Amino acid sequence: MPPREGTYGMLAEFDTPGDLIRAAQQARKDGWRRMDCYTPYPVEEAAEAIGFHRNKVPLLTLIGGLMGLAAMFSLETWVSVLAYPLNIGGRPLYSWPAFIVPAYEWTILFAGLSAAFGMLALNGLPQLYHPLFNAPNFKDGATTDKFFLCLEALDPKFDLKEARAYLEKFQPVSVVEVGY
Amino acid sequence: MASTDLEKENVKLDPATGEYRVIAPGQTFRSVTEKITRIVLTPTTPLGWLAVFGVGGALAIVLLTAVTWLFLIGVGIWGITQPVAWGFAIINFVWWIGIGHAGTLISAILLLFKQGWRNSINRFAEAMTIFAVVCAGMFPLIHVGRPWLAYWMFPLPLSMNVWPQFRSPLLWDVFAVSTYATISVVFWYIGMVPDFGTMRDRAESKLAQYSFGIASLGWRGSVRHWARYETASLLLAGLATPLVLSVHTVISFDFAVAVLPGWHTTIFPPYFVAGAIYSGFAMVLTLAIPLRKFYHLEGLVTDRHIDNMGKVMLATGFIVAYGYGMEVFMAWYSASHWEAFMMWNRMFGPMGWAYWVLITCNLAIPLTTLWSRKLRTNIAYMFFISIVVNIGMWFERFVIIVTSLYRDFLPSAWGTYRATKWDYMIYVGTLGLFTALFLLFVRFLPMIPMSEIRMMLPAAEIKPKKEASH
Repeated sequence: MPPREGTYGMLAEFDTPGDLIRAAQQARKDGWRRMDCYTPYPVEEAAEAIGFHRNKVPLLTLIGGLMGLAAMFSLETWVSVLAYPLNIGGRPLYSWPAFIVPAYEWTILFAGLSAAFGMLALNGLPQLYHPLFNAPNFKDGATTDKFFLCLEALDPKFDLKEARAYLEKFQPVSVVEVGY
Repeated sequence: MASTDLEKENVKLDPATGEYRVIAPGQTFRSVTEKITRIVLTPTTPLGWLAVFGVGGALAIVLLTAVTWLFLIGVGIWGITQPVAWGFAIINFVWWIGIGHAGTLISAILLLFKQGWRNSINRFAEAMTIFAVVCAGMFPLIHVGRPWLAYWMFPLPLSMNVWPQFRSPLLWDVFAVSTYATISVVFWYIGMVPDFGTMRDRAESKLAQYSFGIASLGWRGSVRHWARYETASLLLAGLATPLVLSVHTVISFDFAVAVLPGWHTTIFPPYFVAGAIYSGFAMVLTLAIPLRKFYHLEGLVTDRHIDNMGKVMLATGFIVAYGYGMEVFMAWYSASHWEAFMMWNRMFGPMGWAYWVLITCNLAIPLTTLWSRKLRTNIAYMFFISIVVNIGMWFERFVIIVTSLYRDFLPSAWGTYRATKWDYMIYVGTLGLFTALFLLFVRFLPMIPMSEIRMMLPAAEIKPKKEASH
């Protein structure tokens, strides 16, 4: 990525989740699109307020689980029927009921790994640097007890002065400009 | 004196429900965060921690010594022989895995049931799961005799062109336990990522900032991230629930699929799972009670938690009791000579004492007293009960394995079982390893999930604005 300069966005700090949600809802209503909220614990209403309703984690998990199921069941069948047929107490080579257990475990294994790594990938993590870490009040707040709303500079409506004035209307604790 | 005690008691109770409060009043986002991070971020290690870690570490060295000797000489140094070819190693394997199950139950099943009280204890219960699985997983590996060939258990394309036998419960175990270990670690780590972000932001030393910074993967608390994170957590919980039930079920198949009287029974899967959760909650109590005292966490791990865990133990204890009763009933009802003899021998044979130890520890003491709320919130008594149940559940596995094997069908094949000092060293050594790992966790990682505690605080309630500006 080329080094970027200038402003990443305008960051408003709130003391309570309620203030944040009201500000985010209003901003969305007023046509802001490139924005995000930062909270020290999951605040579902804030995600709803900025228009983030659905995510793809369940789909990835389903695909992962089916892949695990198919992989293990076909491996078992191939090993037991073709690669290394063994007569165990006269049981049929294709004894599918016995194959269920490992296939079941791998369904869970693949689904679980897909859920975890899929979530991280969709979130763009790991990403050790982010412009927001430059904000002086972010460090002691976003992961402890403060609630932030960031209007991003990529939004077509964004203008340094106007964004600041707009955020000031919500009576936040502070509004700071965040640079890259 | 009496009145202040009463007042103290009243503060602990929630007026709305009459139950003990899940979190003591007066906690804020910041106070909770500081309390939990301070334990890790302080440069001084408490003396008590060092002392216990010293003991655990010393026992872990005993384990290392015994395992080294085992690798040099072979499993002949153990007490296992014919007909008792499964001794301490498998007893300990089942016992440890069972202990781990409570961690998954707390983190996954109670999450699905929206049991908010679980939040304070789920992180260290999950840590307990992982360290218990570490101890458990070691036993089958060292029991195979030639542990350097343990990779033969996996379906790998080897030059020998030999493949595993997928109809065997022992192989199912490989997949069940390895999946369980992997998913537990992933669930635990994912759960810690936001807290690592908090640790990164609050750390003073460069080393802590870098390590937590990397471990946090750059977590910044975006609500979009949180939304996916919550979905993933729920999905992982939904996946871990059938997983944990399947793991002990598969372990019980190791026994139930055999034709041996005392093993060959269909009640094993539910009875093993209930026993696992029973012993696991006992272990959570064994860990939580000293921990909350030592680190003054009574405001976060409250009497409510102790009380609720007592209730879960009561419920699972009765399922276990039903299992014991059903074993006796089936021994009579099946009209099978072998089954009846097995049961009689289990109770009154040469090792009958072990059966009565387990009945005393698992049924007589806990199931008669855990009914009392007074006793359930008596911390000293609950600690005592947790130790008793841990002992009882170990003896349950001893009874199932040894007393079924040493008197099988033909009297000419009967034998006995005596554990050797190496068996004891390895068992005690895993207790030491578990203690040492757990203490490292407590010292270096946030042991209570801060983000989940914050959600439960009154400040997290979304209040309508007093004076609407629009």
